[in-house]
This record gives sequence, structure tokens and C-alpha cells, in this order.
Amino acid sequence: MKTTEEIFNLLKEKFGESIIEFKTGVPVEDFIVVNPFEIDKVCTFLRDTDSYQFNNLMNLSGVDDANGKKITGEQGEVKLEGRTFSLFYHLESMSLKQKVTLAVRMPGENPEVSSVSEIWRSADWHEREAFDMFGIKFLNHPDLRRILMPYDWEAGYPLRKDYKNPEFYQGMKVPY
Amino acid sequence: MPVKTEEMILNMGPQHPSTHGVLRLELLLEGEIIKGVKPHIGYLHRCFEKHAEAMTYPQVIPYVDRLDYLSSMYNEFGYVTAVEKLLGIEVPQRVEYIRVIMGELQRIASHLVAIGTYGADLGAFTPFLFAFRDREKILSLFEITCGARLLYNYIWIGGLSHDLHPDFVRLAREFIPYFRPKIKEMNDLLSYNKIFVERTANVGILPPETAINFGVSGPNLRGSGLKWDLRRNDPYSVYDKFDFNIPVGEGRMGTVGDCWDRYFVRILEMEESLKIIEQALDQLPEGDVTSAIPKRVKPPIGQVYARVENPRGELGYFIISDGSVNPFRVKVRAPSFISLSVMDELCRGHMIADVIAILGSIDIVLGEIDR
Amino acid sequence: MGLLDKQFTDDNIIITKVEDVLNWARLSSLWQMGFGLACCAIEMMATSASHYDFDRFGVIPRPSPRQSDVIIISGTVTLKMAIRIKRLYEQMPDPKYVISMGSCSNCGGPYWEHGYHVLKGVDRVIPVDVYVPGCPPRPEALLEGLLKLQEKIRNESLVKKTA
Ligand code: SF4
Repeated sequence: MKTTEEIFNLLKEKFGESIIEFKTGVPVEDFIVVNPFEIDKVCTFLRDTDSYQFNNLMNLSGVDDANGKKITGEQGEVKLEGRTFSLFYHLESMSLKQKVTLAVRMPGENPEVSSVSEIWRSADWHEREAFDMFGIKFLNHPDLRRILMPYDWEAGYPLRKDYKNPEFYQGMKVPY
Repeated sequence: MPVKTEEMILNMGPQHPSTHGVLRLELLLEGEIIKGVKPHIGYLHRCFEKHAEAMTYPQVIPYVDRLDYLSSMYNEFGYVTAVEKLLGIEVPQRVEYIRVIMGELQRIASHLVAIGTYGADLGAFTPFLFAFRDREKILSLFEITCGARLLYNYIWIGGLSHDLHPDFVRLAREFIPYFRPKIKEMNDLLSYNKIFVERTANVGILPPETAINFGVSGPNLRGSGLKWDLRRNDPYSVYDKFDFNIPVGEGRMGTVGDCWDRYFVRILEMEESLKIIEQALDQLPEGDVTSAIPKRVKPPIGQVYARVENPRGELGYFIISDGSVNPFRVKVRAPSFISLSVMDELCRGHMIADVIAILGSIDIVLGEIDR
Repeated sequence: MGLLDKQFTDDNIIITKVEDVLNWARLSSLWQMGFGLACCAIEMMATSASHYDFDRFGVIPRPSPRQSDVIIISGTVTLKMAIRIKRLYEQMPDPKYVISMGSCSNCGGPYWEHGYHVLKGVDRVIPVDVYVPGCPPRPEALLEGLLKLQEKIRNESLVKKTA
């Protein structure tokens, strides 16, 4: 069983620049921050190497970091500059009984990340959900559609912190 | 010249008596044979994660109940486990034992619904009535404990809303010998029934490697012959103090990992749950159940992923705290959400009628899938 | 009950009003559309199962809207589902009745404030006859709701609009 720090050091040796940071001191969980476009390679490595065998993706969750400065534009529209989105990957090796948490950070304007749905099929729906709720785009995802909200939902991505609910949807009043 | 058949698309649901709620399946057919299944979900998307961000930590508990409404107690159990880990608090032993008792009772109740409705889906209505008769007994146990039949708000962060009713232990003890023969009755009625076996054995086979790759957990994974139970493999609460078996699918009626195996694992699990309840009732310590409830839940900045073995599989909560009284983000890893995504794999090559058998065997709850 | 108190006094002849017969027939066999939405549906199932036995009021679940008289909206109606519920309702033959079961379908229930995808009350899309409060309503409450609906049907008139 390896600790997150050991895994971080080993990954750093193997992948160099694409492993960005090791976050520790956060209560309960340490995690490793990875470059969004390299996450699929890192994950493939973690799954297929004998000493890791992370064969189970337990969870994948999108997060709106709610950072960034508020900037009011000319027409009075409010924009958040410098905001970021994150994704957290909780991996587990069922045979070696070890766990690790990976994270990626993406810029708010155009959040893009490599899909891991080829590596773990369970990621397929989780990624669709993250797309649906946060608008994070997964490159190479086989079927990136909305999953929970209606396909014709136009009001944006509901779990973003600056989400505004529409007044009407197909003639039905939405607010109370 | 070979005869060519055209492919056809058939919509099943969202209003269909056997989809266990509001699920729509888009079946791609060639004649009677399934070429592909596309589940469309979200008809019950109740915005749980948004609500959680607007509520304080204790206020989230009633919403957690409503995720998987067949196993509310266990959802609360999972949620408080996560928050307590984040807060770093220890709860009294009595609380842990009561939680386990409630959780296992809930597991039996939930499996009874799964089994009963599965029978009803496949055309046997009597098991449904039998299962609900026994489930009422468990619900009445819950009712004397906390007053509610379905959604309890009983397990609180750091404790319980109140102690057991003085009669509870006696009634729960009476329930065990009452229920044991009922499992056998259900076996005679449904499990070994020829028609039932014909419809479920060798249908919807899920090989263990596929199951792991899809992240399938709980009875569905164990049905594929893998001994994996979080109560044993990643123990939480006081589960390491009990002696129980982990039943797995053995392919007794067909191939390992078919619908019958998944179904039968649930039957066997009810027996094991009874064992756990029995031991927990024997060991139940005295104590105050409300002493460790914090006045104000304000976890430090940080994050946690905690998981428990819900009746449907691995229920995980990923909670990020920003140091305020509201959670910053709560993501639920819902076991049925994952189980449903494997439908396509299971159904391909089978007949339309088998879709019902497969869907029933993976035991989904839409409230949890759509959240 | 206008019909039965005139009993079988004159051999095989019963004298009563057409309205009474029609209403009596309607209210005693309300076929329900077997259709569950959310948590309340579990209580609805429990109501029709062994312990509470909906059948004794003539309520039999039918899988198709075209064969049913009453639809019980049992649970949270989301925007995605509301369109389908409207269509299901429209497919039911007249006379048709709606029981709204649980706070969610009455008014949005616990999801009234932040539920961006929840319809705040099913009466925004279809007319409702009886509201059953509760989250979830106990089976007894649903039975009471059904009795209220029967009462309503009993007082219906062919010529006069009652509602
Ligand atoms: S009213 Fe309550 S029990 Fe009924 S569907 Fe809504 S949340 Fe569930």
C-alpha cells in the first residue's frame, strides 16, 4: 500500500511536468493535481502498472471553485475573471487496497479536459454529468450529451455558482 | 438473397410499469433482438446537489433521505459518516450499534421491495404481496423509533435524533424468528419456481471484469462472483465486530453473474443482515445517544470522500467544505447510477422481454440515479 | 347512498336517478393508472399491497392511461417529466380524475426554493381534484384522499356543473 505522497513522487519521475502539485495538509484527504490534457495518460499508467492496479474509478466529481474577480462589462453583464473549475477523481485498487485522489484544474472560459471514459467505463456517465452540471468539455468522450437536464435546456449549467434559473421552460413557470 | 430486416427503435417509458419509476429506455431492435439500449434519465432530477449547497450540514439530512427513498436510513448513515470524518469526531458506541441495527433493517426492507417488485415484473404477483407484508413489520419498527415510515431524519451528525423506544429491542428480537421462515417461504414461492428460473437464469450475464470496469458495486457485483463488500473490505462504523458471511453468486441455476444470481444474492443477504442485527442487539451498549451532537457543525476547510455499503452498492459522498456552515459541494456517488449504465452491455443480444428481467435484477432507484 | 337504500323491495326493480347510478358505478371502480414518480410512489405501492389493500375500494392499477379513470401523481414532478404527464393525462378517457399525492406534486414540497428543475405543483399543467398533503402521506392519508374523491364524484351532476 502506497501513500499519496509516494505515488506523487513516482508519478513525478515518470511524467515530469504534467504532474503539477501535491496537496497535503488538507484535512482528511491529500490529492495530486494533474495537467488536464495528460490526465488520461496518467490514469492509464495508474491502471495498468502492476504496482498500482487502480482498476476502479469510485467517483468523479466536477466542482466550481467559485473563485475569480467579478467584472462588470459595458452592458452591465457580470463576468468572473480568472475563475476555475476542478475535477476530482477518486481511484481505488480493489486488489491492492489502496486509494488515491487526483484533481485537475481548468480555466473558467473554456474548461476542457481529456476524457477517461476509455479507461474506466464508469467514467462515461460521470463525465456526462459533469458536462451537464458545469459545462466541462471532455475531449474524446464518445457521447457527450446532457444527461440529467432536458436536452433542450438553454439556461446554462445549473451547478455553476453563478447560475440563474430561467423564468419559463416550455411555457411552464419555473420559480415558485 | 438474404432477407434484411430493418432496425427499429422502441421507447420504453418514462411511464412503464416495469421501469421502477420514471426511466426511459430507448431500445434499438432487430426484430425481437436487442441491438443496443440507451437509457435516458433525469426525469426525477430534483437538484439535490444544489440544495445541499444552500443548506447547513444538518439540514441536508432530510434531502439525503429522499435520494434513495428505499434505503433512507442508509443514506443518512453514509452522509453522517462523511461529515463526521470531516469534523473528526467520535460518536458513542451505542449510537454506532443503533445505526448498524437500523441500517441492516433497512437493507432487509429494501431487498424485500427489490425482490417483490422483481417478482411482479416477471408476472408473479403473490411474492409482491408477501414481501410488502413483511416490510410493513420493519416499517412499524422504524415508526416506533422515529415516527416516520419512509423518510426518517433519524441519524444525525454525531448521534441520533433520540434514543430507541423502550419496546424496540423486544420487538426487533421478535422480528428475527418471525422473518427467518419467511425467507424460506420466499424461496419456495419464487426463487426455485420453474418459470422464474427459466426467465432469469443465463440472462444478462455480467462478467466480473466488466463489472469492475463499470464500477458496479453491491449485490450486482457480488452476483458476478466477486467477494467485495465494504462492510468487510473497508470497514466503517462497528462492522468489524460482527460475524457474517458475504454471499456471492455461484451460478447455481445457470452462469455466474446472471439475473438469478443477482437476485439470489439479495435473498442470502437478508439472512446475513438478520445475523448482524441479532449480534448487535446482544451487544448493544448503554449510553447517551445525543451527547456527541455538535451544537454548530462547522467543519474545517477540506474535503472528504466517504463510502458505505448501501443495499444497492457503494454509496459515496464527496464533500468539500470551505469552512462555513454550508457545504461547498456535495457529490453523491449513487450505486444505481452506475448500475444502470451497464444496461447496454447486459441487454445486447437478448430479447425484449429479457430487458424487464435484467432491469429488475439490477435493482435501481430513480431518486438516486437522478438525484 | 341514493341507490342502495331503495333496496330490492319491488321484486327486481330499482328506482333511482340515472345520475346516482352513473356516479355510483364510477366511484366504485376507479381504475388507477399504475404510475409512480418518486418516494410517494413507494407509499402508493404500500397502499395497494397487502397491508392497506387499495383493491377493496375498487382501485385497480392499470398500466395504460387509456384504461384508467384516475391518475395519482405520486411524487416530484420535474420539468422534464411534466410534459409527459400532461400527455398521459390527455390520453385518459373522460371522465378523468387527478389525485395529487404529497407536497411535491401539491406545491414543490421540499424542493420549492432551489429546485431549478422541479415543477412547483402539478396543477400548473393539469387540473387536480384532490390534494393529499404529507411528505410522504401515510397510506391512510391516501385512502382518505380517495374517499374524498369518491364523495366528489357522488355529488356530480350530468346537467349542472359542480366544480
Ligand atoms: S412529497 Fe416528499 S415523499 Fe413525496 S415525492 Fe416529494 S419529497 Fe418524496
